[in-house]
Amino acid sequence: MSKLTLKTEGDRHVVVTRRFAAPPEAVYRAHTEPELIQKWMLGPEGWTMPVCVNEARPGGKIRYEWTNGAGGGFYVTGEYVELVPFSRLVHVERMHMPDATPDNHVETTFAPDGTGTLMTMRMTLPDAATRAAMLSTNMEHGMEASYVRLETTLTSSPAING
Amino acid sequence: MTSLDAAFSALADPTRRAILARLALGEATVMELVEPFELTQPAISRHLKVLEGAGLIVRRVEGTKRPCRLAPSAVTEIDQWLSVLRRALEANYGRLDQVLANMNPKKK
Repeated sequence: MSKLTLKTEGDRHVVVTRRFAAPPEAVYRAHTEPELIQKWMLGPEGWTMPVCVNEARPGGKIRYEWTNGAGGGFYVTGEYVELVPFSRLVHVERMHMPDATPDNHVETTFAPDGTGTLMTMRMTLPDAATRAAMLSTNMEHGMEASYVRLETTLTSSPAING
Repeated sequence: MTSLDAAFSALADPTRRAILARLALGEATVMELVEPFELTQPAISRHLKVLEGAGLIVRRVEGTKRPCRLAPSAVTEIDQWLSVLRRALEANYGRLDQVLANMNPKKK
């Protein structure tokens, strides 16, 4: 059962919701403390985040660098706009591949939900085509990771054939 | 699948992504695209040819002009892109569940 919902809204938004079995304070901290972020915000299997800057204050800098350990990599930079501990984060971010994508404005809220948390992440892109480009960029990244995983599988299991 | 591949390589170029962003606002002719992008008319035409070949834009004939606009199929590709983003997010949040479980073992 997937607890994740992901949908587009209007022309410029992407909205993600997810429930967690931990209180809002813990989920908020996992989004703002680098040593925690580096454990989970990795995307497809096989990627790591060797550089993680997250200055959790208004105007604070964000920088995430990912690598697949095989020469592939990209990074995201951003700035915090607003923080309400432990319920709301607003930041802007852009991907560098290496050209910077247009700014993605992201609002993340953490609401108590029973003993857990309902997280809602709302992304706002400048326009429909930029949203399409952002999603396609993500897909390139996802496909790239799949190929890397496939290669790893193929090279590490020589006796599997047949 | 081939059209998807063509769409990816078409979208890999930042100028072509910017042209798509402009076309999302409405139809435009080559000359209308030349000015904001500070590129030559042949350069813009080459980008448009790639976008058209990838099925991301369509062009119609109006006298001597051939205005372009976003293709409806460019919009339906979004569904496939969303499914990839979903997989990446599910992997992330599955790991986050573990991180959260380890953060707070005593309160359970």
